[in-house]
Amino acid sequence: MRPGRILAAAVAALCLAGGVAAAAQPGAQFPVPAPPFTPGIFPCSDCHKEMKPNATRRELKDEHTDIVLNHAQGQRWCLDCHDTNDRDRLHLVSGRKIRFEESYLLCGQCHGDKFRDWRVGVHGKRTGMWNGEKQYMLCVHCHNPHDPSYKPIPPEPPPVRPDDIRK
Amino acid sequence: MPNDRNREPRALRMSRRRMLKGAAAVLGALALPGKDASAAVWEAFLRRNFREMTARDKARVVARLEKEYEAQFGKRVKVAVTPPIEGVLYGYGLDLHRCIGCRRCVYGCVKENNPSRNPQIHWIRVLQMKKEHGVDLEEAAHYYNPSKVPEKEFFYMPVQCQQCERPPCVKVCPVQATWKERDGITVVDYNWCIGCRYCMAACPYGARHFNWKKPGLPAAELVTETHYLGNRPRPVGVVDKCTFCIQRVRNVPGRYPACVEACPVGARKFGNLLDPESEIRYIIANKRVFILKEDLNTQPKFYYFYAT
Ligand code: SF4
Ligand code: SF4
Repeated sequence: MRPGRILAAAVAALCLAGGVAAAAQPGAQFPVPAPPFTPGIFPCSDCHKEMKPNATRRELKDEHTDIVLNHAQGQRWCLDCHDTNDRDRLHLVSGRKIRFEESYLLCGQCHGDKFRDWRVGVHGKRTGMWNGEKQYMLCVHCHNPHDPSYKPIPPEPPPVRPDDIRK
Repeated sequence: MPNDRNREPRALRMSRRRMLKGAAAVLGALALPGKDASAAVWEAFLRRNFREMTARDKARVVARLEKEYEAQFGKRVKVAVTPPIEGVLYGYGLDLHRCIGCRRCVYGCVKENNPSRNPQIHWIRVLQMKKEHGVDLEEAAHYYNPSKVPEKEFFYMPVQCQQCERPPCVKVCPVQATWKERDGITVVDYNWCIGCRYCMAACPYGARHFNWKKPGLPAAELVTETHYLGNRPRPVGVVDKCTFCIQRVRNVPGRYPACVEACPVGARKFGNLLDPESEIRYIIANKRVFILKEDLNTQPKFYYFYAT
């Protein structure tokens, strides 16, 4: 190898290492739109800062009664994902707090196969440039985290039958 | 590649242009533009095949078309002749596990590609099939219309031009009005097409459509960013088809095809088959993939897959 080549290879290796470092920084690699909050509900601390956290597993009777957990119900509840002491954050199993914009890290804890496909743009939807900048969507833009199965929608009209065109 | 991608220009050289010049001299005005026809009409009649045109020829043709379209629609239309990007071969992926049969792609395509609204032309057709039968084209339903999709017992399979690597449609065209470009897109020159519809008969995927009437395209719905080989307004009596949105994907950076962006479930994937980092290559390497009517050896670049 000529010295120039070696230098180029070294630079490339450095850049690669830099790329990995950037990837390790959550959120930096996947520019996502704002999470689909119910209007007016965020920041959660607006209401919760006055309340004393109650970490007892229970059915909520006063607030959030519209949320029916249909996602491994019985095995988990609110504070498994929402952070007890910082309501404007979620947390991972490790205890690390994350922003709602990084919720894919949370989903990815159980759905590793989907997360892997999502990262390369195969699971989920991307828009923008096929050979340039892309827009991602969060898991929760398509899947309600409390009831994640995709909900049926009305189809667009069927094509006109050839018979009807001739008339 | 062992195919008829470029039947050599020699065949083209004894072109319609020359034939017609000779014929014009002999036959006079018979079936040819009248004596008082404008220069533009003559030019349109005597132009070369698109693949033989110089940059100057193209500029002249584009200028004429843009003028015609402006007169027709009262809107300024841009007709691009953007060439293929070097080192790019387009590939498309469609996740049959995700598709819910909602037809958003069909209408996303209509909105982008200026097809006739009346009579209706759709470049994408979504087939509804029974899960218990698997992929069975004989049993597929085109006109399903339940109140909501997906339905429990069905899956859905959208079909559009598969951009075959060995396209039978190209092989049968008697005037070479349709051909495969270097980036793998099969295109039609609407001004060279004679409307014989051989290609429609030859295409095993029902991907080609004929403009039986002057396309009904309201000026309000006209998309003005067009490509000569793609979504520019078509005349009556010619064939058109999906081009992977050539007017979008040939730019750097280029947008995804309209159907990719319209799909609400992200079932549609698109990228460069020659780029090992592309999502389409990931799909081919890691997922269960099949191509439609593989036994015909048309070698589609449209890959159906199951993500899970
Ligand atoms: S799908 Fe049909 S129209 Fe498209 S390239 Fe193949 S044969 Fe031609
Ligand atoms: S828009 Fe997507 S989900 Fe709907 S029919 Fe087309 S490919 Fe299937």
